[in-house]
Amino acid sequence: MTSTARVPDHLDADELQTVTLTVNGSERTVAVPTHRTLLDGLREEVGLPGTKSCCAEGECGACTVLLDGRAVNSCLVLCVEAEGHEVTTVEGLSADGLTDLQEEFLNAGAVQCGFCIPGQVVSAEYLLRTNPDPDEVQIREALSGNLCRCAGYQRIVRAVQATAARRSER
Amino acid sequence: MPKYHRPTSRADALAALAEGGARARALVGGTDLLVGLRHHHDVADVLVDLKGVTDLPEPIVVTDDGVQIGPTYTMGELVSHPVIGAWYPALVEAALTVGSVAIRNRASLVGNSCNASPAADTAPPLLVHGARVTITSLDGDRTASLDEFFLGPRRTLCGPGELVTRLDLPRPAPGSASAFRRLTRRRGVDLATVSVAAGVGPDGALVVGMGAVGPRPLRTASAGPVDLTDDASLDRALDELLAPATPITDVRGSREYRLATLRVLTRRAVLAAADRRDPREMAS
Repeated sequence: MTSTARVPDHLDADELQTVTLTVNGSERTVAVPTHRTLLDGLREEVGLPGTKSCCAEGECGACTVLLDGRAVNSCLVLCVEAEGHEVTTVEGLSADGLTDLQEEFLNAGAVQCGFCIPGQVVSAEYLLRTNPDPDEVQIREALSGNLCRCAGYQRIVRAVQATAARRSER
Repeated sequence: MPKYHRPTSRADALAALAEGGARARALVGGTDLLVGLRHHHDVADVLVDLKGVTDLPEPIVVTDDGVQIGPTYTMGELVSHPVIGAWYPALVEAALTVGSVAIRNRASLVGNSCNASPAADTAPPLLVHGARVTITSLDGDRTASLDEFFLGPRRTLCGPGELVTRLDLPRPAPGSASAFRRLTRRRGVDLATVSVAAGVGPDGALVVGMGAVGPRPLRTASAGPVDLTDDASLDRALDELLAPATPITDVRGSREYRLATLRVLTRRAVLAAADRRDPREMAS
């Protein structure tokens, strides 16, 4: 699927840069001002609101996405920097339905208000892909950049542990 | 709105930086730069993205004499490199305290020094390990020790139109070792209240790098070997090594608290580094 670049009404076309990137496996083209973050581009231009906007300075992790397979804070990446790169958002972790990790978040009761959860899930998925058998210290370190205001950390850690155990049985 | 360049050659990157002058910034991870722009602490109007440049020095080159690090080498790559871990353990410990996993996947080691925060986590170990930087402009290259490179808060030798293209770390002497200690309020997000790296030579000579206790990261060295088995000797050495520290009182701690903590952390870093030395390679 390729979408056509859209010029917002309040901006001159010559202030915009056309950026083509792959989002969740589909090539997308957006026209954005240079200061537009990847976070805002994903939410506003691509129409994927699963990635959350919170602190907007790389401290809370709510905006975590995978950029070429590596977890990054999308609030600290410019859309123009993502030209030619592959982005996976929380919506793209599974083609249909919930992933095993998301199911374990639900099973563990790790979702309270839910705002931080997309970022937690993406960070946890990155951990499990790079270290399939993490211990608790490694899980807490991997998620140390994802803040949960409900302080649901115990259950989030348990969800990640349960997913690791489930994947090791496959 | 800043103008964004994505050059593919070093010459084009240097030309864009020269044209932008004092309001141009090199962009790698952007983890400090983009925050600064958002809060208008930084007035850059030209961003020169180095990630598409194909003829910069390699991200990392290991030789018998040491390690050369290019401007795009990330903290995430650094912390998992086996040679860095073996030769510069304090640097890995420090890099692991930088932000979070997601920050380290973007942030560059060279950018951390160029940003020149007095609290830059990787500065103390780089100072201890005798890092040198290569500063490049359209006029050519020059080199400086990292200690000379840091001029003050957010100020370095790298001026308008210039770019740090390489950071060199000499291979440590056999029988030496390093360690890093840091105090912060919350792991993963907060800056250091105090940070310190210590290097211990095979004969007990000490080098200390300090962060967040002065207007720039500080480096001091003992005049000679220190008997680390004798508390009084170590105390006297610490008196001298820590004398240049002039911390301020701010939201992260008072001047007095920082000075007291610096001494505790430095002692711990020195003893941890000393324990890491290979006894077979130490001076008898």
